[in-house]
Amino acid sequence: MKTGDRGPETGNMEMSLDALIHPAAAQPMAPRQFLVQNVRRETPDTFTLTLARPNPEEGLIFAPGQFNMLYAFGVGEAPISISGDPDRPHLLVHTIREVGNVTRALCHQKPGRAIGVRGPFGAFWPVAEAQGNDVLVVAGGLGLAPLRPAIYYLLSRRAAYGSVEIIYGARTPQDLLYRRELERWRGRFDLRVHVTVDAAPSDWKTNVGVVTALLPRARLDPFHTVAFLCGPGVMMRFTVRELLNLGLKEDRIFVSLERHMKCGLGMCGHCQLGPVFVCKDGPVFRYDRVKDWLDRREV
Amino acid sequence: MVARQDFPYLLEALIRRGCQLMGPTLRRGDLVYGPLHGVEDLPRGWRDWQAPGSFRLQPREDQALFGYGVGQHSWKSFLFPPRQLLWQARRTRGGFEFMPREEDHPRYAFIGVHPCDLTAIQVQDKVFLEGAYVDPTYGQRRLGAFIVAVNCGHACGTGFCASMGAGPRAAPGFDLALTEVVSPNGPHYFLVEAGTEEGGAVLGEIPHRPAAPEEWQAAEDRIKQAENQMGRFVQTRGLKELLYRNYEHPRWDDVASRCLTCGNCTWVCPTCFCHTMEDVTDLTGEIAQRWRRLDVCFSVNYSYLHGGSVRVSPRSRYRQWLTHKLATWVDQFGCFGCVGCGRCITWCPVGIDLTEEVRAIGESENP
Repeated sequence: MKTGDRGPETGNMEMSLDALIHPAAAQPMAPRQFLVQNVRRETPDTFTLTLARPNPEEGLIFAPGQFNMLYAFGVGEAPISISGDPDRPHLLVHTIREVGNVTRALCHQKPGRAIGVRGPFGAFWPVAEAQGNDVLVVAGGLGLAPLRPAIYYLLSRRAAYGSVEIIYGARTPQDLLYRRELERWRGRFDLRVHVTVDAAPSDWKTNVGVVTALLPRARLDPFHTVAFLCGPGVMMRFTVRELLNLGLKEDRIFVSLERHMKCGLGMCGHCQLGPVFVCKDGPVFRYDRVKDWLDRREV
Repeated sequence: MVARQDFPYLLEALIRRGCQLMGPTLRRGDLVYGPLHGVEDLPRGWRDWQAPGSFRLQPREDQALFGYGVGQHSWKSFLFPPRQLLWQARRTRGGFEFMPREEDHPRYAFIGVHPCDLTAIQVQDKVFLEGAYVDPTYGQRRLGAFIVAVNCGHACGTGFCASMGAGPRAAPGFDLALTEVVSPNGPHYFLVEAGTEEGGAVLGEIPHRPAAPEEWQAAEDRIKQAENQMGRFVQTRGLKELLYRNYEHPRWDDVASRCLTCGNCTWVCPTCFCHTMEDVTDLTGEIAQRWRRLDVCFSVNYSYLHGGSVRVSPRSRYRQWLTHKLATWVDQFGCFGCVGCGRCITWCPVGIDLTEEVRAIGESENP
């Protein structure tokens, strides 16, 4: 396990795959077109778009945790993490919440229409370096979307890892993403899935409460566990605190952050968090490299 | 050494090479960089007077061609245009197709680049050329540019380039560097130093002779004089750590009570690179364009994320700007984002002086 000295920002994997996962390097400003194959409603305001390259020969190779800039014609562009299977690069899957003009236009695309894609961009979950370790995935709300590629990656190489646990929390049962898939994962014997919601109707049979309440249930060996976290800021802060209490070292915790982004190339300046650009140094960071900046207000 | 009367040959040599000359001109009483057609376009016999929140041009006693410091413009408007069309596309049945656009990458010759601005260009190189991605527009314009630097004969009223290591003498990176020696009734000439092979070739095309020791000395004295005149100073040793330690310092509240968050400091800054994208369509909605334009970290929108902005208070926005220039930039690009040109002080409508803000924070630790 080498996460201690090589994080995702500078990992070997990134070096060797650089040309593959940064195809945007040649034409960084112009989107490529992908056709909407299917739009699926996940929650009242969240949709999963499956995109296919018009020429099926050309996929879009990406690493779990990376994002694309998606462009709705004439409306604008937004950074959206990739939530599909890295082993099926001919299909590009994004889960998008309608929060503004661009995301609304993206969510309401019809099958057969084209949208623009720039990417993939950014650092990724250190799934390769984590081999031989237990992996704990903690997601809140939409935060499961950028983690799903990592989960696919782990499950298709399941023997290479120790125990794998997923803890997922959302506001209500209606806000849970990928419900059918969660059920399938729960049925697997080589995977433990804990789901919780903040508030639930009486027919909800499982947990109610915040994700941190479920952490003690994970069978964690702090010295052989790598944790991947993505969710609202407050959820990540408390989860990190709990994990540290449980004995996990800071360099075994990875977080995915979110900022305003305009270029994805580390040039527009919008995604700065102190000394880092979330678009190119992140969005996935080893916790100890950004911890000083996460608790500061208005940075 | 090139005599004053031979100076026009330099401009002619550059025009012969196909360069579009850009340099300081007077426009409506202001000093702006724009097209130069000949030596007569240069603001001959003028000098700048600068103070926090104040800029004036005053006549000089001599006929110096480069006797003024930096104005509100910098060369970044040519290398990194403030508004630029990145692409345009037409809607088609299946999606959209890109439409050709006129790409104009003139070969510029920048005449009269002050040492601070030369350093600023090198700072922007790190942003646009030396990362994982290269900005094609900046790259084409930058690599083609011929730079005629001018060493400073006096210090700008608000400048502190010496403490930022960016002046008053031009560091390597120029094609030619001039030091102008002039006095009301004395000789008028330029000491010329070639920094590149092409610079040497251009020098070879214009009348010149080796400088006499006293001519050399006169030029050195003028640069020394500029250095000695400089009234402002920033302690750069330990500066990044100082600012990192003081994110919650009361001085940020103090400066926020004066700052209008207008963003003038970023518009005039020669290194500020932040920009935003504008996606627009024509009236029919059939043709879409993406424009890139300069953006300002002082606007609330700059840090907007769904649900609200990250930096709402003026305090946090000023702090973002100053700590970016003098601290986080070092971690991002390995240099300061400030070259000490003093523009942000001169062009701040309320005269906020970043050297004073930094000193106040430093002194609070070591009273």
